Amino acid sequence: MPAVSKGDGMRGLAVFISDIRNCKSKEAEIKRINKELANIRSKFKGDKALDGYSKKKYVCKLLFIFLLGHDIDFGHMEAVNLLSSNKYTEKQIGYLFISVLVNSNSELIRLINNAIKNDLASRNPTFMCLALHCIANVGSREMGEAFAADIPRILVAGDSMDSVKQSAALCLLRLYKASPDLVPMGEWTARVVHLLNDQHMGVVTAAVSLITCLCKKNPDDFKTCISLAVSRLSRIVSSASTDLQDYTYYFVPAPWLSVKLLRLLQSYPPPEDAAVRGRLVECLETVLNKAQEPPKSKKVQHSNAKNAILFETISLIIHYDSEPNLLVRACNQLGQFLQHRETNLRYLALESMCTLASSEFSHEAVKTHIETVINALKTERDVSVRQRAADLLYAMCDRSNAKQIVSEMLRYLETADYAIREEIVLKVAILAEKYAVDYSWYVDTILNLIRIAGDYVSEEVWYRVLQIVTNRDDVQGYAAKTVFEALQAPACHENMVKVGGYILGEFGNLIAGDPRSSPPVQFSLLHSKFHLCSVATRALLLSTYIKFINLFPETKATIQGVLRAGSQLRNADVELQQRAVEYLTLSSVASTDVLATVLEEMPPFPERESSILAKLKRKKGPGAASALDDSRRDTSNNDINGGVEPTPSTVSTPSPSADLLGLRAAPPPAAPPVPVGGNLLVDVFSDGPNAQPSLGPTPEEAFLSELEPPAPESPMALLADPAPAADPGPEDIGPPIPEADELLNKFVCKNSGVLFENQLLQIGVKSEFRQNLGRMYLFYGNKTSVQFQSFSPTVVHPGDLQTQLAVQTKRVAAQVDGGAQVQQVLNIECLRDFLTPPLLSVRFRYGGTAQSLTLKLPVTINKFFQPTEMAAQDFFQRWKQLSLPLQEAQKIFKANHPMDAEVTKAKLLGFGSALLDNVDPNPENFVGAGIIQTKALQVGCLLRLEPNAQAQMYRLTLRTSKEPVSRHLCELLAQQF
Amino acid sequence: MQFMLLFSRQGKLRLQKWYVPLSDKEKKKITRELVQTVLARKPKMCSFLEWRDLKIVYKRYASLYFCCAIEDQDNELITLEIIHRYVELLDKYFGSVCELDIIFNFEKAYFILDEFLLGGEVQETSKKNVLKAIEQADLLQEKTENMFHSKSIIGYKKAY
Repeated sequence: MPAVSKGDGMRGLAVFISDIRNCKSKEAEIKRINKELANIRSKFKGDKALDGYSKKKYVCKLLFIFLLGHDIDFGHMEAVNLLSSNKYTEKQIGYLFISVLVNSNSELIRLINNAIKNDLASRNPTFMCLALHCIANVGSREMGEAFAADIPRILVAGDSMDSVKQSAALCLLRLYKASPDLVPMGEWTARVVHLLNDQHMGVVTAAVSLITCLCKKNPDDFKTCISLAVSRLSRIVSSASTDLQDYTYYFVPAPWLSVKLLRLLQSYPPPEDAAVRGRLVECLETVLNKAQEPPKSKKVQHSNAKNAILFETISLIIHYDSEPNLLVRACNQLGQFLQHRETNLRYLALESMCTLASSEFSHEAVKTHIETVINALKTERDVSVRQRAADLLYAMCDRSNAKQIVSEMLRYLETADYAIREEIVLKVAILAEKYAVDYSWYVDTILNLIRIAGDYVSEEVWYRVLQIVTNRDDVQGYAAKTVFEALQAPACHENMVKVGGYILGEFGNLIAGDPRSSPPVQFSLLHSKFHLCSVATRALLLSTYIKFINLFPETKATIQGVLRAGSQLRNADVELQQRAVEYLTLSSVASTDVLATVLEEMPPFPERESSILAKLKRKKGPGAASALDDSRRDTSNNDINGGVEPTPSTVSTPSPSADLLGLRAAPPPAAPPVPVGGNLLVDVFSDGPNAQPSLGPTPEEAFLSELEPPAPESPMALLADPAPAADPGPEDIGPPIPEADELLNKFVCKNSGVLFENQLLQIGVKSEFRQNLGRMYLFYGNKTSVQFQSFSPTVVHPGDLQTQLAVQTKRVAAQVDGGAQVQQVLNIECLRDFLTPPLLSVRFRYGGTAQSLTLKLPVTINKFFQPTEMAAQDFFQRWKQLSLPLQEAQKIFKANHPMDAEVTKAKLLGFGSALLDNVDPNPENFVGAGIIQTKALQVGCLLRLEPNAQAQMYRLTLRTSKEPVSRHLCELLAQQF
Repeated sequence: MQFMLLFSRQGKLRLQKWYVPLSDKEKKKITRELVQTVLARKPKMCSFLEWRDLKIVYKRYASLYFCCAIEDQDNELITLEIIHRYVELLDKYFGSVCELDIIFNFEKAYFILDEFLLGGEVQETSKKNVLKAIEQADLLQEKTENMFHSKSIIGYKKAY
C-alpha cells in the first residue's frame, strides 16, 4: 500500500478536524464550526471560481460537520458539480456527500440523476461503480424511476466488468426492496440465476443476495436456482481450505457465500430432484462432520466463520424438517455448544435449539439437555443469554417435564430482570395450564406467580385462573382453601386480593365448615384488605360481599352495615357508590329465592383460546409461542393431557394453540370473569357470558348472505303416487339393534353399500342427494328359500325429527319370495338441521315367527352438504367470522385406520365438503368447506383436519354458523378415520 | 443488514451507514439508544442482543465499537466476521488502523465500506479485490493531484 494513500492531500480538512478535536468545550466547537461555515459560504459565493480541489475540500468539511451532528443547508450544488468532474476523487467526494445528505429537492435530483446517467454510460468501470454505489446508498423512488430499467441490463451484459456486475446486483436489490413495482421482471431473470455459475466468486456472492430476495416474490421463476446453488455449495464445502485463495477466510472456504447459499435454499422446500437432494444432504452432512474435526486455527475468526456455516446449515435442516437423522445430529451438535466457553456460541445454541424443540423429530433429543439449560438459567451472567435459556425451557416443555420447568422458572422469576418478568409470568401461566395434571398444582402455581411477581401478573393471567376454577368443580374447594391461606399473609399483592375475593365469593361456602375459615372470618379477612385497595378491587370486593349475603345469611347484618357506611354510600367514586346503594337495596328488598337466583354461582365459561397465550403472541409477535403452535406436537400433547378439558361436557379442547392458521391473531379477549369497572354490576345480574353468543347479528346470515336460496321446485312433485308411510310412532317399534350406530357410521362418507345383513335378510342402500333433497333406494334381499310374509318396512321419525326431515316411502309388496329382492324408494327432504337419523323398522313373518328389526337410516346431516370452493383469503375471512366459541367444535382422536392421505381425501369428499388446496400452510392438513342445504336455512361449514402420522392422531376442527351442527358434524366425521 | 454504526467508548459516533430509509430524527434516536445500550454492557457478555425487532451484533476493537443491526433471519456469527473483515480492510489500508485514522480519513472509511458492503449485503469478500478498487482510486488521484501533501500527513498523524 503506498504511503501516499493515507492522507492524500486535503491539508485544510486535516487542520480543521484537529481544531475541532482541540476544542475544550461544546461552545468552542460550535464557534469553530460556525466560523468554518461562514468561510465556506463566502468561498462558494465568491466571485472567484473555485478549482476542483478546493470545492472537494470544502464539501468534505461540510460532510464532516454534518457527521458531527450539525445541520447542513448548503453546498449541495457544489457537490453536484463535483459529480461531473473528471477527477476520480472529486467525483467520489461528490457522490459521498449526495449519499449521506440525501435531499429530495427535485431540481437537484434531476441534476444528480443526470450525472449518474453519464457515469453509467461512461464505460469506465470505476465511474460506473461509483454511480451504482450512489443509487444503492440513496435508494430513493426517484432514482428507482430513473434507473430501475437500466440496471438489469448492466447486470447481465456480457461485457460488464465483474466489479460492475457486483455493484449492479446489489444496487438492484436495494431498489427492489424500496420499490418492488419499479423493477421489471423479464428475460434477464433467467440470466441472473445463471450468475450462480459465474467464475468470479464476488459476482456469485452479490448475485445470491439478489436472487434470495427476488425469489420470495416469484419462487417459480427462480426455481432453477436450487440445483445451481446446491452444486455451488457442494463445491465450496468439499474444497480444501486453501483452494479458494482470497475467498478463504481463516482456513474456511468462502464462508459468506456459503451462508448466503444456505439462506437461499431456505426459500424453497427440499429439492424434488433426488440427485440434487442427495447432493445437498451430503453437503449438510459434511458441514456437520467438519464441526467435529479439530480446528485448523485457534483464532476466533476461524471458529466463528466455521460455526456461522454450521448454524445456517442447522437452520436449513430445521426448515426442511424432514430428515430425522440430521435433526438429531444438529441437536447433538448444539448440545455441545450449550457448554462451550464462548458466550456467543451458548447464546446461539440456545436460540437455535428453541426452533428444534418444535420439530417432532428432535423434540425428545432437545429435552435431554434440560439440566444444562436450567443451569444456564441460573448461572449465565448475561441477561440476554438467560432470556434465551428461559425461551428454550418454554419451548421444550411438555407433560413429562412441566413441573420441573415451571418450578425452575418460578425460582428464576424471583431474581429475573424487570424487563422480562412479565413475559416469564405469561409463560409460566401458559405452561401451568397446558400441562396441568392436577388442578391444585395449577392453582398453586398461579398463586405463586402472584406472590413472587404480583406486579407483573396481568389481568389475563388472573382472569384465566378464575375461568378454570369456575369451570372445574373438583378444584374449587382447594382453590378456596388456598386463597384463604394466601390472604393471611400480612402484605399480599392486590392481585391476590382480587383472585381471593372472587373465589371466596363464589366458593367460600366450600370451606365455611371449618371454624378457622367460617363466614365471618372470611369476611373480616377480605375486608381487612379493602381499604388499601384500588377502586377496581374494591368494586370487586363489594360484589363478593353481596355474594356472601347469599352464601352466608349470617353475615348479612355485618355486610349491610359495611354497605350502609357513609364511606360507601357517599363514596366519591360513582361506581363504588352505585354498587353500595344497589347491593344494599337488593339485600333488603329481595326475597331469599330472588337473591339466590340473582347471585347464583357463575356458570362455566365457554372455552376459547387462552387469553394469556394471545397476550404473549401480541407481546412477542408470531413465533413467540412457537413450541405451542406446532400442530403436530400439539395434537399429541393435548391428547395425553386429556384431563385438561375444563368441563367434561364440552367437546372443544381448550387448545391454547387453536391459532394454527394464524386466524386468531387478534382474538376478542376472552370473556373476563369479572369485567373491570362499570361492567361488574351488570355482570352479577346477567346470565353470565353464556348469554353472549345470542347477541349481535346471527352468524349464519352473515356467512350465507351471498348464497342463493334453495331451488323452489321439488322433485317430490314428479312422483306419481307418493304414499305417505303409515308412521307407527316410536313406541310401536323396538329399539335400534346394538350395531345400528356402527352400521350408520359406515355410510357417513358413502352413499351405497350393504346396510345390514343376517342369515335371513340383506338390506342394501343406494342414495343420491342434491341440495336439500335426496332419494334413497333400499334393496331388501331374502336370503332364504322361504317367502317372507307381511313384509313391511317403515320409516320412523323419533322426537322432533318430523319437523326437521320429511321422508316419503313407497309401499312395497307384502311378500318377498325366497331368493328375491324388492326395492323401496324413499324421497327425503331436509327441512332444517337435525341431529338424529330416522329409524328404519322392518317387520315380517318368516316361517310363522314374527321378525322385527330396527336400524338407523343412513341419512345424516352431512348428506345435504353442497361443496363450496373458495380461495384461501375467503376461507380465512369466513373462518374468522365463525369465531364464537360455540360455533367451533374440535376433537382430537386416535387413528383407527391406517393414515393414508388419499383415503382421507376420499372420505372428506364423501362427507360432502369441498377440499381446498393451498389454504393450510401445512400441506399435510386438509381443509374443506361446504354449505348444508335445508329448506328453512343454510348452514355454512368449514372444516380442518390435521393428521399427525407420528402420534397416529388427528385433530379435527369444525366451524359452522349453527352451534349444534358443528358438534354433530365433528362427532360424525371423527368416527371415520 | 439495516445499518452499521461505529462509535467510541465515549459514545462519539465515528461512522454511520444506513441501508434502510429513515429520517434524520429517527437515526439520531436509534443511535442514542443503541450507543447507550451497548456501552452499558460488560466486556465478557455475548456479542448479540435483541433490540426492538432486530438483532444487534457488536464488537469492540480498542477504543472503537462496531455495531450492526441485522434482521431476524440473518446470521449473527457471519455478521461478526463482516465486522472483522471490515476492520482488517481498514487495517491493511491505513496500516495498524486506529480510531484517529477513521476520524481524519472518514471519507476513506466510507469508500472502503462501500466496496465491501452495498445495500446492506456483502458485495466482495476478497481483501485483495476490495483494496484493489480503493488503490486504483488512489493511483488515479496521485496522477491527477499535486503531491506536495504526501509526506506531511505522517507529521499530522503524530500530532493528532
